[in-house]
Amino acid sequence: MRVAPEYYLSLAGLMFVIGVVGALIRRNAIVIFMFVELMLNAVNLAFVTFARMWGHVDGQVLVFFVLVVAAAEVVVGLAIILLISRNRGSSDVDDVNLLRW
Amino acid sequence: MEMDIPRIELAGIAPEIALTVAALVILVVHAVLGNRFSTWYLPYLATLGLVVAGALAVIVWDVNDLQLSGMIALDNFATFVKVSLAVFGLLTVWLGRDYLTRDRLEESEFYALVLFAVAGMMLMAAAADLIVMFLALETFSIALYVLVAFKRRSTEAQESAMKYFLLGAFSSAFFLFGIALAYGAVGTTNLYSTGPEADSLFRFASAGPSTDLDLLVLAMGLIIVGLGFKIAAVPFHAWTPDAYQGAPSPVTGFMAAGSKIAGFAALIRVLDAILFPLRWDWRPLVIGIAVLTMIVGSVLAVVQEDVKRMLAYSSIAHAGFVLVGVVAANDRGVSGSLFYLATYGLTVVGSFAVVSILAGPGEHRTRLTDYRGAFYQRPLLAGALTLFLLALAGVPVTSGFVAKLVVFGAAIESGYWWLVVIGVLASAIAAFFYLRVLVVMYMQEPIEGVEPAPSGGWLANGVVAITAATTIVFGLAWGPLIDAAEHARFFVAGG
Amino acid sequence: MNTPDYLPILFLLVLSTLFAVGSMLAASKLSPRRWTSAKLQSYESGMVPEKDVAGDRFPVKFYLVAMLFIIFDIETAFLYPWAVAYDELGLFGLAEMGVFIAILLAAYAYVWKRGGLEWVE
Repeated sequence: MRVAPEYYLSLAGLMFVIGVVGALIRRNAIVIFMFVELMLNAVNLAFVTFARMWGHVDGQVLVFFVLVVAAAEVVVGLAIILLISRNRGSSDVDDVNLLRW
Repeated sequence: MEMDIPRIELAGIAPEIALTVAALVILVVHAVLGNRFSTWYLPYLATLGLVVAGALAVIVWDVNDLQLSGMIALDNFATFVKVSLAVFGLLTVWLGRDYLTRDRLEESEFYALVLFAVAGMMLMAAAADLIVMFLALETFSIALYVLVAFKRRSTEAQESAMKYFLLGAFSSAFFLFGIALAYGAVGTTNLYSTGPEADSLFRFASAGPSTDLDLLVLAMGLIIVGLGFKIAAVPFHAWTPDAYQGAPSPVTGFMAAGSKIAGFAALIRVLDAILFPLRWDWRPLVIGIAVLTMIVGSVLAVVQEDVKRMLAYSSIAHAGFVLVGVVAANDRGVSGSLFYLATYGLTVVGSFAVVSILAGPGEHRTRLTDYRGAFYQRPLLAGALTLFLLALAGVPVTSGFVAKLVVFGAAIESGYWWLVVIGVLASAIAAFFYLRVLVVMYMQEPIEGVEPAPSGGWLANGVVAITAATTIVFGLAWGPLIDAAEHARFFVAGG
Repeated sequence: MNTPDYLPILFLLVLSTLFAVGSMLAASKLSPRRWTSAKLQSYESGMVPEKDVAGDRFPVKFYLVAMLFIIFDIETAFLYPWAVAYDELGLFGLAEMGVFIAILLAAYAYVWKRGGLEWVE
């Protein structure tokens, strides 16, 4: 059985939109970050699907780079969030409001 | 299976390699020697790395080539940006030296991160492939996230780093999705690949039968959104004031100068060079962003009570002015934008240098009221800040005036005179808040009983002197720099 | 699609399950476990805890180790494509990987010397 690429692309698009909405409405830094990761994974799915449609492996190679960058982001991001939660015992974005215009 | 071993041509990324090596040496040497020895050698190593990188960038001036399997563009456009970045990096390192010793912060990591960030920004300007552009973007973004959080113990720094990080990661996901869709539409992420259906144009620009144009336009929109975050354009500017306020002042200046020129370099290459044939599709979007950015940046800057936040909104407004040059999409627009970004960078690094000295140990005094009577306590620094603010406002005899003139001139050449009218109006609003700082510095009495901030070290004062000199020099004798910017052409096939 | 195509995957599945179950079993059988009444008592104050908190809190140190692991783990993912194409890439690939590993080693030396790997409470 062969699944049409449109389905994969729709799924990728849906995942991306869920990620965007989730990142915008959730308040916890770690949860927001998880939604961003969901967006990145949607991108990976799109890359792989397009690679298949075009019939070359370029898109699959790109996924590698996305993965590595995502890992580096996770590490730096978690370190920052950890710094904050150690300081205040909370990682809620709303609790963090010293800076306001 | 036979592999194509890419020819090893390193001229295009030699500056980045020099920076990376210097940064690694700094990290490892300091980690091995530890703090038992004095750390006097660290800023020298960083300076050496940046000078070598700048020199390696200069020597390939007037080379027109694609390197490393077409991943790196070696053209004057990239060279111009790289040299500017090396200068910004140098000023940041010198300013950082005094700042770090004053506030007792780690030195080696700071220099290494600045060098990594400069390397990423340089790569951004030279990227001839969208995925290289993404990697470059992440390289400098991740380094900047850490630099923003550099005052580890300060809760404000932590907060601004978190906001910057979350919005930065969010925006790079947009950028990346744009790349994925562009790949789907065109079948390659390489900006300069020549497709089967392309005659003289590059594959990206030529809408051949196999190119899905709708998808490409959507991809373009997402890429603009992603880069819009990095250059702090409205409505993607929410992180800017927070990140600028919480970050150490040297880092803020570096972000305003470097992040902006790198983001714009990528944006200009993608829009004005590669997607020029699609300009009727992207122009409405970029015009909308430019108008919003100029107006919102200028208006919100007026109501700020913190000087760093005010400069943050001013940097947003300036992104809008540069976008006017991008919209023009002609040769003068490109060279004007480059001139603008280079001179604005010097001015903004200088203003944050003054802010960092006047803020005193721990950087607690950045509110407008802390500047009361600054002229009577620190006349030279206040004078330099006056000069920078006048340049930011675009007053004649400063580089800021010339920069606005070329960018607006390019827009008029393309028939966007009404955009220029909005730009001039926004500049007029912007002049208000610069004036406000001047009034506070010159016409109000210093607060009784408050000691003035200790004077900066010779390095920090040197940075202020250099940037003040360039602000005047490029305002009076702009010829050579404009000339260089006009020769900053993009790569052309067979050129 | 033929069944034999999926045989390696099945093999991998069985192997990894065996490894996971095996190591858990080994840990439970081999590790010394001497419960004494003193060990089962509440710590110091003598108050009987209302809720078992030991299950959902790790020392912060674990995060540092986990982060370092993620970074080095993902970087090594680049070694696999190189290993697969080793023959075709030849000396060029070897040199490239040498540079790559050298950079990783520099990072490792940095982490080590800065005390990132030390487990002090």
